[in-house]
Amino acid sequence: MTEKTAGQGAAHEAAAGRRRVYLDHAATTPVRPEVAEAVTRHMLSEYGNPSSVHSLGRAAAAAVEEARERVARLMGARVEEVVFLSGGTEADNMAIRGVVTASGKSRPHVVTTKIEHHAVLHTCEELEREGLAEVTYLPVDGTGLVDPGDVARAIRPETVLVSVMFANNEVGTIQPVKEIGRVCREKAVPFHTDAVQAYGAVPIDVDEFGIDLLSVSAHKVYGPKGVGALFIRKGMNVRPLVFGGGHERRRRAGTTNVPGVVGFGVAADLAAREIEERAAHLVPLRDTLVRGVLERVPFARLNGHPTRRLPNNVNLSFEYVEGESILLSLDMKGIAASSGSACTSGSLEPSHVLLAMGLPHEVAHGSVRMTLGTGTTAADIEYVIETLPPIIERLRAMSPLYAAAVAQRGRAGRP
Amino acid sequence: MADSGVYLDNAATTPPFPEAVAAVARAMESVYGNPSSRHRLGLDAANVVERAREVVARSVGAEGSEIVFTGGGSEANNLALKGAAWAYRRAGRRVVVTAVEHSSVLEPARWLEEMGFEVVVVPVGSDGRAGLDDVLAVVTPETLVVSVMHVNNEVGAIQPVAALGRRLGAVRPTSGRRKGLPLLHVDAVQSLGRLDVDVRALGADLLTVSAHKVHGPKGVGALFVRRGVRLVPLVHGGGHEGGRRSGTENVPGIAGFSAALERMMALGPSEVSRRAADLRRRLVDAVREGWPRVVVNGPAPVGSRTGRTGGGEDAVAPHREDAVAPHIVSLSFPGVPGEVMQQHLQARGVYVSTGSACGSHHRGRASHVLEAMGCPPDVAGSAVRVSFSPLNTADEVERAAGAMVEVARSLAQRRAGP
Repeated sequence: MTEKTAGQGAAHEAAAGRRRVYLDHAATTPVRPEVAEAVTRHMLSEYGNPSSVHSLGRAAAAAVEEARERVARLMGARVEEVVFLSGGTEADNMAIRGVVTASGKSRPHVVTTKIEHHAVLHTCEELEREGLAEVTYLPVDGTGLVDPGDVARAIRPETVLVSVMFANNEVGTIQPVKEIGRVCREKAVPFHTDAVQAYGAVPIDVDEFGIDLLSVSAHKVYGPKGVGALFIRKGMNVRPLVFGGGHERRRRAGTTNVPGVVGFGVAADLAAREIEERAAHLVPLRDTLVRGVLERVPFARLNGHPTRRLPNNVNLSFEYVEGESILLSLDMKGIAASSGSACTSGSLEPSHVLLAMGLPHEVAHGSVRMTLGTGTTAADIEYVIETLPPIIERLRAMSPLYAAAVAQRGRAGRP
Repeated sequence: MADSGVYLDNAATTPPFPEAVAAVARAMESVYGNPSSRHRLGLDAANVVERAREVVARSVGAEGSEIVFTGGGSEANNLALKGAAWAYRRAGRRVVVTAVEHSSVLEPARWLEEMGFEVVVVPVGSDGRAGLDDVLAVVTPETLVVSVMHVNNEVGAIQPVAALGRRLGAVRPTSGRRKGLPLLHVDAVQSLGRLDVDVRALGADLLTVSAHKVHGPKGVGALFVRRGVRLVPLVHGGGHEGGRRSGTENVPGIAGFSAALERMMALGPSEVSRRAADLRRRLVDAVREGWPRVVVNGPAPVGSRTGRTGGGEDAVAPHREDAVAPHIVSLSFPGVPGEVMQQHLQARGVYVSTGSACGSHHRGRASHVLEAMGCPPDVAGSAVRVSFSPLNTADEVERAAGAMVEVARSLAQRRAGP
């Protein structure tokens, strides 16, 4: 009864244009007020250039170092191992290109996977095109997991880097990072992980996990856009991407984005304090959403691993519907979701992640990613559970394929 | 802290305008979507970015589609040099830069050299200006990129960019493998908002700007890429910024850049430089009066009888162009090391620098700019850079001048003492 009322109230709000449910936190997160406050405060009062020797510059530099400490702490790194960059994509680019070009090997080889973010995949492809590296792209199983044994088997004498993401941005599958780290240690190959989605969401300790390079981004943890960081284990030789000026210990030229970095520090600090609380909030909501939709919608499935997944990730496939149509309808109801990675949302190609997991093209096409956040409420989830199934039903009503499938497989859609 | 002090280090970074701070705050609060997302929140964010792109484009006389947002001026310089040299590597191998470029141009040039390109560094005169003919003399049919900054960040020298643009335009092939080459890259980080920066008038193919030098936020810059010019990106990934710079756009930073630029352009470069020229005159006159041994490095302003101009400019330009941007002044107090002067000024609440902030990591090493100008060691070693913004007042400048004279006198006395 109460559920129904809440749902109706929500629908009413949506009709009035008030109800907004943001379920695209994997694309970007709203900035926490504490973070926004720190960013604006630094712009107003400590606007010095951290490279300047005068006291205004030194105050800015001190703020940057405090932020570095906070960002480092959330990954178990030492302060001097964290380099601030313009974002997670730059971090991935620098890690891979920087290691390959500094390796000194004549035919450097990189091991990565088919489900990486485009920042990793396109960098690898570009290195191949330039003739600077050979790359092995490992497969994943149906849940999106990489087999550490595959990593071990792919490593050759010329391998200079293994790059496997911590958690996938589309389906939320968390990789066996510790096992992969162990393999890399045994084979003495540096291990890079794109932890943009995992950082602040699940505990990370670079030493415990055997990680040598780790990419993170502020705007995925309720921090500002335009800031990221790369953890570079002490002793690692990584060539910078941007030269000129001695900023970031000569690892990244350009005046440090002080307000952005300070905001990142605050966001990392909040995440460190709230990491368990956030998971405790998100996991039940996530599971309610999955269950609620799958119970009401036939011919649907959850993509990714049922348990080894990010606390906020829901990725569902609906047969006989276009993901894009679902998203459009959801958006009209005030629900912001995505079809996969935001970075490729302009393309009509189905997700490379879902295809790598073995989903047929047409099923991959009908996928929707809903990623929850700290501000997501039980009422939001109820609203989605009430709103989504009728959308799917309406869209399917237009599909002759669906009618045929129902005739063949029955309404429950469980062949 | 800054309110009670006199901030004259605006070439290092400028205090953000309240409008810029408000725009950043607004973007963080209400436009937090990812511009690549296709839902309403994403579209709102994309709209903010596109509106800002138009503002930046307008400020340099470009089209919106020719603006690529980056993580700052240094990244834009890196992208211009490496990206262009790499994209056109089959059409030649020479890259030309001047000796006084910012390190974010010189270091990528050095890297290109390592990669097999041929880099020619054009010397400058004692006024810090590269001679037009000296640049043209090393431009060969093998040249891919010529990178010349608009205004030097240490001494304010204006380079003969427009004249160079015209001359290069006349020698570029209009067809074939070398069509449009060599490209002209202009680092306009210090001139945006202070001088007229018009990519067509300058004849620039690539032009770098930075937000935090025009009272916008740090961590944002842009590269103008003339339509048709190819670049190999530095950062690969989701194909943002027309495939030229991947990574989620820094929406708040970009919004702040736009807001700052709008105010700066509303003031207008001619008004901004008129005010700066007035401040410069007051500063130099007051310091000279109190400490006649002061040396002003770089070109002299129009109407002054000292200093010399770069070669060739006057012959080509229909009118006498200014040789110096008034908002940057380099002063040397021979006998008083620049760092000592800077420290003593800071104790008096006056913030200046000894040169480029980016070079301040290599203490003990003289500025590559002053070195290239052939400054004697006591002049190079005693230089401080004063840089104005439209927020500075005549009172502040009088106060700074007074402090400089005071410091110079007391330190010189101490030296002369027993």
